[in-house]
Amino acid sequence: MEICTVLWREFIFFRRRLLQITTAAVISPLLYFVAFGWGLGQDVSINGHSYMYFIIPGIIALTTMNTSYNAVTIRINIAKIHEKSFEYYLTSPVNMYLLTLGQVLAGSLRGLYAAFLITAVSYLIGVQIKINLFFVVICLLNSLAFSAFGYFAAMVIDSHYDMNRFTTYIMTPMTFLCGTFFSPEHLPGPVKFIINLLPLTHASVGLRAIALGGTAEMFSAAVLLFYFLLFYALGVRASFREM
Amino acid sequence: MIKLEGVTKQYGNLKAVDNLDLQISAGVFFGLLGPNGAGKTTLIRMLIGLAKPSSGKVYIGNMEVERNNNKQKSMIGIVPQHTNLDKELTVRENLIFCGKLHRIPPEERKKRIDKLLDFIDLKEGEHRLSQKLSGGMQRKLMIAKALINDPEILFLDEPTVGIDLNARRNIWDILKAMKDRGKTIIMTTHYIEEAEYLCDRVALMNEGKIFFCDTPENLRKQLGNYTLEYFNQDKKTEYLYYKAIEEAKDFAAGLDTDFTIRETTLEDVFYNFTNRKVM
Repeated sequence: MEICTVLWREFIFFRRRLLQITTAAVISPLLYFVAFGWGLGQDVSINGHSYMYFIIPGIIALTTMNTSYNAVTIRINIAKIHEKSFEYYLTSPVNMYLLTLGQVLAGSLRGLYAAFLITAVSYLIGVQIKINLFFVVICLLNSLAFSAFGYFAAMVIDSHYDMNRFTTYIMTPMTFLCGTFFSPEHLPGPVKFIINLLPLTHASVGLRAIALGGTAEMFSAAVLLFYFLLFYALGVRASFREM
Repeated sequence: MIKLEGVTKQYGNLKAVDNLDLQISAGVFFGLLGPNGAGKTTLIRMLIGLAKPSSGKVYIGNMEVERNNNKQKSMIGIVPQHTNLDKELTVRENLIFCGKLHRIPPEERKKRIDKLLDFIDLKEGEHRLSQKLSGGMQRKLMIAKALINDPEILFLDEPTVGIDLNARRNIWDILKAMKDRGKTIIMTTHYIEEAEYLCDRVALMNEGKIFFCDTPENLRKQLGNYTLEYFNQDKKTEYLYYKAIEEAKDFAAGLDTDFTIRETTLEDVFYNFTNRKVM
């Protein structure tokens, strides 16, 4: 019940702000296409594929990450700190596990919507990567993991300023290091080890493997699932601490 | 219906609520009156399970108040001090959302929302975004939100703070009607006239303690029905309290300065005990 309730409310929000949500989801990836794909990467090929084909799965992973994370953190942050409407949940007879799951699912659907937009744009510009069901599953798991992380982050911070800490120290480094724009294989050992622990790396690697016609990376999917469950559990715990 | 036994809430060295004992019967409109920082909101937060007492016990309907007790949450409605509306939703959508959270079946939910919108006089504005409403309308919508689950007990934390006089009177009418329906209402306020007009019983609270708890009439009687107010030789206002107006007039006859004789208010009671104005 709580899941449907949250999804219902988020759908109303999505419908009312469709244009802003859509443009916000597309602008950054388009800039990456232009700057890294057509600009820097025009004459570059990696493993026999043009650079554009290489970075599009990375950009999809990156966009689903950012959109899911921001969709949840901004909504919860505003509800908790600005509107104070979050307190209503805490005083309502709700199941906090389901309520948290509802919030996380709502954020992940926004991530999937962004992934769909980027894929559509890449097809429009003639970069037709391979897509199958497992590609969608990886996108979903990546969205769920970062949506859950966004929920946890929003629950543990007490001000808008604190939110920047997560963005600056976690999200931004992952944006550039986790195999989105280059292969982490060539990085020094310890750095590569750390980067291979991060969820976005597995989303980029998993999506790229499918997009370039390789085999599905089950291990990457398992890692993303693990992160989703971990962040979801932390989010639920943080919710109970708020009560 | 509501019982507090030796309840203390401590934040560091500050005792926001200090060893409080209190009992509130069903159907009573109970007012907690006190200046800012008296501990009223902390007390309400403990009653609704959002804050845990440092010591002591809080009971609602014979059950000890616990965090995350859904049975207790179903019994109560809360109007917090700050606006708690979902600003992206319309008036009706806000109520639908709350009804869904309380698991009210769709048909029953629709009936209740229609009734509530009539009750708070927001039927015409039901499709307006809540962020576009005036302060008074937002307050009324908050009250409707709190009533969606038809609670036995309604908690109101400064329900009319920051809104204009007309809207305030309008909300008083709504609260009076709630009282007539037999709801138990606990309201914090620092508006004296609000407490006098609405409450069956009033607790005067300051520095975490309730130092007087009775009907507004008895509180005034205890101090004296009439207040003589005059400017003394030290250029300070002096307040004297009398049981009968004649006594006040007799004393005033000997004064060589301007004076006022008026009926004693709750503010006089509060001022006399705390030596601090409520407003």
